[in-house]
Amino acid sequence: MNAINKEPERHEIEALLPWHAAGTLSRRDADRVEQALAGDRELARRYDLVREELAETIHLNETLGAPSARAMEKLFAAIDAEEARSPRRQRSFDLAGRISEFLSSLTPRALAWSATAAAVAILLQAAVIAAIVVKEQGAPSGPSLASAPSDGSFAVVRFAPQATANDITNFLGAYKATVVEGPLNMGGQLYRIRLSETKLPKDEVGKIVRQMQEESKIVGFIAAKE
Amino acid sequence: MQSTSDEVLIGRIANGDRLAMQVLYARHHVRVFRFVVRLVRDEATAEDLISEVFLDVWRQAGRFEGRSAVSTWMLAIARFKALSALRRRPDQELDEETAGAIEDPSDDPGAALEKKDKSTMLRKCLTGLSAEHREIIDLVYYHEKSVEEVAEIVGIPENTVKTRMFYARKRLAELIKAAGIDRGWP
Repeated sequence: MNAINKEPERHEIEALLPWHAAGTLSRRDADRVEQALAGDRELARRYDLVREELAETIHLNETLGAPSARAMEKLFAAIDAEEARSPRRQRSFDLAGRISEFLSSLTPRALAWSATAAAVAILLQAAVIAAIVVKEQGAPSGPSLASAPSDGSFAVVRFAPQATANDITNFLGAYKATVVEGPLNMGGQLYRIRLSETKLPKDEVGKIVRQMQEESKIVGFIAAKE
Repeated sequence: MQSTSDEVLIGRIANGDRLAMQVLYARHHVRVFRFVVRLVRDEATAEDLISEVFLDVWRQAGRFEGRSAVSTWMLAIARFKALSALRRRPDQELDEETAGAIEDPSDDPGAALEKKDKSTMLRKCLTGLSAEHREIIDLVYYHEKSVEEVAEIVGIPENTVKTRMFYARKRLAELIKAAGIDRGWP
């Protein structure tokens, strides 16, 4: 009677044996299978067959080799072609993602220290922004900047109102750009930024400007400047 | 040292990071290739397909929601590509493959010698399974996918995954038995 009652459960356990052998069962199911195997010699024998199949499946797959370098070359050629046609919207600037990635790597103790450090940083940032605002109001020439150079490739940009100083710093860093002049007397808060220290071809400058324009949370307006 | 998780790499790829794409490719291309080559049975086709799979990863990284492992997501894309490629094959090629899949290993003149080597015979029979059975056996044993993950990749209910795996193993046992090795199951 017991054997009959246990048959459906045994069948259920037997169906799980391949996953038990591969180590992909939940802890609870793995315990159930272990208990059943301990008290059922026939099931244990069938489990040995499963382990044989697993070993030979791995062996077979490992003899299949690997793709040639051609596959990777083809992939990156396709990516290049695609990027040339339509550059990605958020190229190399994902502040939220990077913060999340950084926080996920911290231990709880480090996280507590980071929270304290973040609070201090916010206070400092507020002080810096206040200082800039006061200075801008008092001096029409704007914050002190390096004397405007003429070598390289440039653009004029108006940052979006919601962009923080931190956003702008990260944005400029991502594109290796620097503010060289501003705010300019051209209406609104326009800044001249240097995109490269060398003179880039016109279409290359156009490409960078288009990518920057896509970052609408940071850039309100941007245009290449000779 | 902790390596960057696949999920973090996908986040970077979504932002156009080619280096992250290279890392992800280096990490997974061999397994994806083997999964595909077992389905399409042609290395050149499999190479073309894995380029397409990773190009889809590049394009769709921004839409990856992290509800499943990155490798599971990639295998699902790979499977779709492989099945589409199989559908494009001429009927004659498909017929030959089907015939190969149901070939009785005992018909092979060399089978008698191979009977002595159970491992060799088992591997030979693994290659003789139908595409559906090869796929599920590979996903469970080689790609180490859970019931839930196989269900997601193949697009079938979890109970069907267990049933299909059971019948794949049963068919494998029949092929082995037909080749002269009785393992006492089923």
